[in-house]
Amino acid sequence: MSDASAANGPDGDIAIDVAAVELDGVGKVFNPGRSNEVDALTGIDLRIAPGEFVTLIGPSGCGKSTLLRLIAALTDVTDGSVSVNGKTADRARLDRDYSMVFQRAGLFDWRNVSRNIELPLELMGWKAADRRQRSAEMLDLVKLSEFARHHPAELSGGMQQRVAIARAMSFDPKLLLMDEPFGALDEMTREHMQNELLRIWTETQTTVIFVTHSISEAVFLSTRVVVMSPRPGRISAIIDTDLGERSEATRDHPEYFANVTAVRNALRGGHAS
Amino acid sequence: MQAETAPPSHSLAPSPGAGPPESDDPIVRDQFIRLQAARERRRARTRRIVRQVVVLAAFVCLLGLAYTAYKAFGTAIDDAQSGWLLIGSFLPETTDLKMPPVLDILAGIFEEPRGTGDAFWTIVAGEAAFTLREAAVGFAIGVVVGLGIAIALTTSGRLERALVPHVIASQTIPLIAIAPIIVIWGRKSFDFLPFEWQDWMSVSIIATYLTFFPVTINGLRGLQSPRPENLELMDSYASQWGQTLWRLRLPASLPYLFAAFKIAATASVVGAIVGEISAGVKGGLGRRVLLEAQRYTTGPERLYVAVLGAAALGIFVFVVISTVEYALVGRKGREAVT
Repeated sequence: MSDASAANGPDGDIAIDVAAVELDGVGKVFNPGRSNEVDALTGIDLRIAPGEFVTLIGPSGCGKSTLLRLIAALTDVTDGSVSVNGKTADRARLDRDYSMVFQRAGLFDWRNVSRNIELPLELMGWKAADRRQRSAEMLDLVKLSEFARHHPAELSGGMQQRVAIARAMSFDPKLLLMDEPFGALDEMTREHMQNELLRIWTETQTTVIFVTHSISEAVFLSTRVVVMSPRPGRISAIIDTDLGERSEATRDHPEYFANVTAVRNALRGGHAS
Repeated sequence: MQAETAPPSHSLAPSPGAGPPESDDPIVRDQFIRLQAARERRRARTRRIVRQVVVLAAFVCLLGLAYTAYKAFGTAIDDAQSGWLLIGSFLPETTDLKMPPVLDILAGIFEEPRGTGDAFWTIVAGEAAFTLREAAVGFAIGVVVGLGIAIALTTSGRLERALVPHVIASQTIPLIAIAPIIVIWGRKSFDFLPFEWQDWMSVSIIATYLTFFPVTINGLRGLQSPRPENLELMDSYASQWGQTLWRLRLPASLPYLFAAFKIAATASVVGAIVGEISAGVKGGLGRRVLLEAQRYTTGPERLYVAVLGAAALGIFVFVVISTVEYALVGRKGREAVT
């Protein structure tokens, strides 16, 4: 914790200049030179400022998940460069600059909820007392305090995903990468989780990159929607969708519907005005 | 209204026959459900154990009955040989020497063999303890070696493909063939050890040979069982190899490992008994079986008792492993409460 604040403190004015994520001519080819070679991504240029909530949307196979994995340094770029907080993606991974949430909550069955949240803190060498205190704070944030000692199998899908978010946020990452985190949830739970995520985003000021294939989800959540198209995966449009502070009422707002239409048109092939 | 219906907090522990507390507080309700579920689980477990013991007893009785019935049938054929010539010629004889009566075997358990002051079962139990020590040491070494190989193989797919066939091939060598070699090595070559090498330790090595194999094969499967996204999660936390092993791969492999431990534990008993016989160790169930086979004519039931002792030892180690498994991995709440 102490070194995190030290890094932010003295060069705070520089931090404004440094993009949270900067993608420059990024391309990714799977199995290069072989018969099953796939052009997953080509010529991706994208700059994401700190504090933004950016959604990647597109049909299956457009490389949005691959793009997220490139930013996370879970796979290497073939062309171009990825920088996260002004560092190489892998340096950022080793510095624990980001945290990831997957479609499956991926909690460890053999750990209770609280110990699941403590997992990244354990890996970072936090003391047991600090871990427990932080885990309690995170459970408060996702409103699951009374389930601290439950095992994942005893929780519903939505609750499990909230624990996964608590786990991801536990060490105050500067960047949150979410790969269709609500994709497996029912519509009601999903909307509820979206509200919760926005609340957490507002409270923590974290930069979020969010992958989805739901248009309404993308428009409701993000400040910018990046529309991608497949074969090869590329960015076909970037649409500003910042509606300021959002609430349930936003879902009925005319501007919200206008944005939904704009994203839908972009997805259909750029017939938007 | 709530104050009237909510129970005082000290009554949270469920008393027998108490219904769910009429509380709106989800924590109170939840705690009650959890305690009740835990009690349910304990009760179900007791029921299961009782049922297993009853089934085992019934099975043993049935086996005894079938043995006696077959014996009576065979004797009847022998008595009326003229009419049963064909069958009588290839069915084994069922004399009391070849098949001692069940009651004789039971009596043999408590009989005092001549020259000893002890009931026969205490002698067999002593031999079983000797064999158990060999088997336990062999099992422990086998688990360490087997798991070590599995962890090493996890580090690289190439290593796995290269070595797994050899691990499998190692099991095709007959135990009887390698046992004398290991005993000879043990007597001659382990002078550098801080303690004196004894023959029973060679038997443990023989037991290890049977034990490590299931641990390696199942351990490898278990270590590779975490989903890719769980491994990616650990990578995204910049987790080191050892951290991922300890916090993800090993816990995930426990169910696989315990399946292997059950096989390995019983195999280590078999390995120890076979090892004793082929190594000529003084003591142990294998030695006892050999001895009773040699003086079979003077007390056939004793051989049967010795074999029953070996079976009991196998069941014992299996139950021990199952109990440890229950304590370690069986307790997690499986049913959804919410």
